[in-house]
Amino acid sequence: MSITVIHPGLLTTVQDLGRYGYQKYGIIVSGAMDSYSLRLANLLVGNKEGEAGLEMTLMGPSLEIEKDTLFAITGGDLSPTINGEPVPMWRPVYLHKKSVLKFGACKSGCRSYLAVAGGYNIPEIMESKSTYLRAGIGGFQGRGLQKADVLQIKSPREESLKIMKNLAKKQSSNFFGSTSWYLRREYIIKDSQNIKIRVIGDRQFHEFTLDSKKQFLNCPFKITPQSDRMGYRLSGPALKLEKPLEMISEAVSLGTIQVPPDGNPIILLADRQTIGGYPKIAQIAAVDISKVVQTKPGDKISFEEISLEEAERLYIEREKYIQNIRIAINLSD
Amino acid sequence: MSETIDNNELTVKMFPIGESGILVEFGTKIHPDVHRRIKALTDYLDAHPFPGMIECVSAFLSVTVFYDSMKVKNLQTNYAEKEQLSYKIVKSILQEILLTLDYSANNKPRIVEIPVCYGGEFGLDLEYVAEYNKITVDEVIKIHSSGEYLVYMIGFAPGFPYLGGMSEKISAPRRQSPRMLIPKGSVGIAGMQTGVYPIGTPGGWQLIGRTPLELFRPNECPPSLLKSGDIVKFYPISYEEYENHKEVRL
Repeated sequence: MSITVIHPGLLTTVQDLGRYGYQKYGIIVSGAMDSYSLRLANLLVGNKEGEAGLEMTLMGPSLEIEKDTLFAITGGDLSPTINGEPVPMWRPVYLHKKSVLKFGACKSGCRSYLAVAGGYNIPEIMESKSTYLRAGIGGFQGRGLQKADVLQIKSPREESLKIMKNLAKKQSSNFFGSTSWYLRREYIIKDSQNIKIRVIGDRQFHEFTLDSKKQFLNCPFKITPQSDRMGYRLSGPALKLEKPLEMISEAVSLGTIQVPPDGNPIILLADRQTIGGYPKIAQIAAVDISKVVQTKPGDKISFEEISLEEAERLYIEREKYIQNIRIAINLSD
Repeated sequence: MSETIDNNELTVKMFPIGESGILVEFGTKIHPDVHRRIKALTDYLDAHPFPGMIECVSAFLSVTVFYDSMKVKNLQTNYAEKEQLSYKIVKSILQEILLTLDYSANNKPRIVEIPVCYGGEFGLDLEYVAEYNKITVDEVIKIHSSGEYLVYMIGFAPGFPYLGGMSEKISAPRRQSPRMLIPKGSVGIAGMQTGVYPIGTPGGWQLIGRTPLELFRPNECPPSLLKSGDIVKFYPISYEEYENHKEVRL
């Protein structure tokens, strides 16, 4: 089974949950920007949740799927269609025959994920299939997909075959069958001008002026076009330190918000460097990373401070929710 | 560089980094003694990761340990600790480890020799560095290749070493405008630092030469020629030796 790229879209890359254990060698984590959506897409088709999927950005690709296949699309809504008919998201879809899966205009969010039962047959580099664009390694030949690329698909697991068998009887359209149930899409925000992001104060929070601390927690910040997989650059009130700090570089994390001397915060994301030398004002709660990466240039976000205890409680609650979905999908018929 | 460091500057402090990280700070000044403590902790954790640990990343003054808070809580054998914040559990684990660490154990660092073809098309700024320091080009090469450099950390790019111990006699400020592309293997100077670019990237360092060695080896384990704690020595090679070395690698 294979998928052929007819049109690659703006930036379509193979990503799994990231490359861990090598940051001490300067190797960035990479991985899906919205790992929550990728995990759910995988569970919906019976894959292991850490299997690699396609991450599609703002303008999605057109893909020719060779034959009957089970797939799921999650994340931002890039208007997916099969041979011209709309395809539902957040649920398993069983395609009956060779078809063209085409993504169109971005209706909500920014990044969409496509998981295929069996997963993409991609060699692992440093235990991960994620594309590391700058170093040109991992994923599909170390780069974003291009026209005429052919992705091979592995054989589906037992779990996937069971879902396929159930959906084979259903005919939701001329070309595919899907379930009537679907997962809630809580992290895709419709009101893109007022997105609340929860943060925990970081090491240098108190080194900022009182005004800057208030502005950080009360004013909206706009996502600028200089935002990518490495980081989102924000514009808003310039954040100032009480006095200049002599910073010595140290490790940064997913969702670290650092403030360079121009006062415009940068949120560090999947392709962040391993080490950073700017003051860090806050850290985004892990559960809200998906919300951030589904915003696009022009959207506005504002920050709300929560405690470390609350952030951990939310994280564990969400992990339990994902576990429950895994169990429910395995039991459903 | 080996000015003495008083014990007050070696106090260990810990800070949370979100809900999945803890930063352990060993001092406030870049110093080989601080580095030795960092190295002792990372060596220990690499050999004995605690349940739920993901990885640790060392820097000049600190080690950041990343963990999965859910696993840390679930894998705690001590039931009483289960209700605690995972940060507090990890903090106690690390405090216990720190008490047992022997800072003198790793006093035999690995020495890695790196051949460098200095000057010419590979070292476009070699003459500038000489002029800036009012010495000859040969003296710059001699000083640069006679030093011993401690790898404080790897970062910025895959396999890129932050080296300490360069002589101030060859220090030079960064270029006013960075180059769009610094070729892989370039050896450069920026302020009091020297380093080698493992992959082609934009950068503002003064370039003095190039090495045929691959610092980033994505298909090998480990994927980096250097690791934190190594000692680097550079030695000069001719253009012919550079070319020959490249062929051998291929």
